[in-house]
Amino acid sequence: MIYFDNAATTLHKPQCVIDAVTTAMTSMGNSGRAAHGGALKASRTVYGAREALARFFGCRRPDHVVFTANATEALNIAIFGLLSAGDHVISTDCEHNSVLRPLYALEKQGVCVDFVPSDRRGCIDYDDFGKLLRPNTRAIVATHASNLTGNLTDVARIGKFAHEHGLLFIVDASQTAGSIPIDMEQMNIDVLCFTGHKSLMGPQGTGGLCIGENIDIRPLKTGGTGVQSYLPHQPRELPTHLEAGTLNGHGIAGLLAAVEFVEKTGLHTIHSREAALARRFYEGVCAIDGYTVYGDFSADRAPIVTLNLRDVPSSELGDALFDEYEIATRAGAHCAPRMHRALGTEEQGAVRFSFGYFNTFDEVDAALAALKELSEE
Amino acid sequence: MREKTPRVVVTFHTTAEAMAMEKLCQSKGLDGKLISAPRALSADCGIAWSAPLALRRSLEDAIRESGIEPEGIHELPL
Repeated sequence: MIYFDNAATTLHKPQCVIDAVTTAMTSMGNSGRAAHGGALKASRTVYGAREALARFFGCRRPDHVVFTANATEALNIAIFGLLSAGDHVISTDCEHNSVLRPLYALEKQGVCVDFVPSDRRGCIDYDDFGKLLRPNTRAIVATHASNLTGNLTDVARIGKFAHEHGLLFIVDASQTAGSIPIDMEQMNIDVLCFTGHKSLMGPQGTGGLCIGENIDIRPLKTGGTGVQSYLPHQPRELPTHLEAGTLNGHGIAGLLAAVEFVEKTGLHTIHSREAALARRFYEGVCAIDGYTVYGDFSADRAPIVTLNLRDVPSSELGDALFDEYEIATRAGAHCAPRMHRALGTEEQGAVRFSFGYFNTFDEVDAALAALKELSEE
Repeated sequence: MREKTPRVVVTFHTTAEAMAMEKLCQSKGLDGKLISAPRALSADCGIAWSAPLALRRSLEDAIRESGIEPEGIHELPL
């Protein structure tokens, strides 16, 4: 199988990640639940992962790295925990349902939501943030890259605007963490929500949020913490404030190994390779009659190329690629309804090719040959 | 039960702070170990740092420099 569905999850993981999970599953107890060797090994591993992620994302405090099952849970914690009835929030058409659905739910609870519109290339006009600003605007929620087009959002520009106007800035880094540099301090990001199993190449079931200073998020979940057991409410101190129940220690051990792998390999090396794979594919597909490619390819971007063949339903093209060529892509709506409407692909959907560090140029060429054959059928 | 000797015991609000304390002491060469928080000090089921009594001043200095915010610093026989 040629795997080009890395924006959904990376299938090829570094061997050190697999080894770390295996070791954890044969040696770790429950982190924070006792002072015996097994529990302490888990606690030390989890804390090591907090330190590594804080360093990696420019978060000042390791104890402000909160672990969740995925980016969706992290975004739910941030969005529901920071916004209240009467608040106004600005987001964008580029968002995934992991942002959109929490915002739509909050609309029913009295939060006003505006979306910066996207044009047909998937681009937003940054001046629109100023036009949508209101006296009660509390926050901006924006993705760092569209999971559909791969277009990057200039989060540093939005972060500067947000802080100039006293707004909280929540970033969905699902498509960039591990591939594109992120520095919370430099980019004025207050809450960074990430997943561990995509570009970071860690296990599924890992993710989290990195939280800036003096940001009080209401817990989404309450329950066992291993500390302050007689308190009737969730402890106030991070990370415990936002973590209830047993952590995914085995997964977090793999995530720690993944972050160390990315740091050792180098973000620039990883991004350069992924970008080169995507660029070769983009240029190749543009030379084949019949395909429409979506997105803005004039600037740096996430390694995603999304396309359609004439008016062929995207599901048919996606299935043909796998059934006839064993090429794995993602067809359909990609949980990005507003972006599909902006691109005009609501009915047809689209086929997304997303590239990872372990893909090869031979695989790209094989996909291009397959697309040429399919275009001639 | 074994014979008890006076120790300095640092308790924390979170497991993360206890882990940070262990790393801090290891980096500074300060002797000690993580233990279950003694019931005499805390009704919590958390983890505490236990160290020789003679290190109390060094521990307090290290904690102050690091920004770690312990729940308390105690002395008791362990």
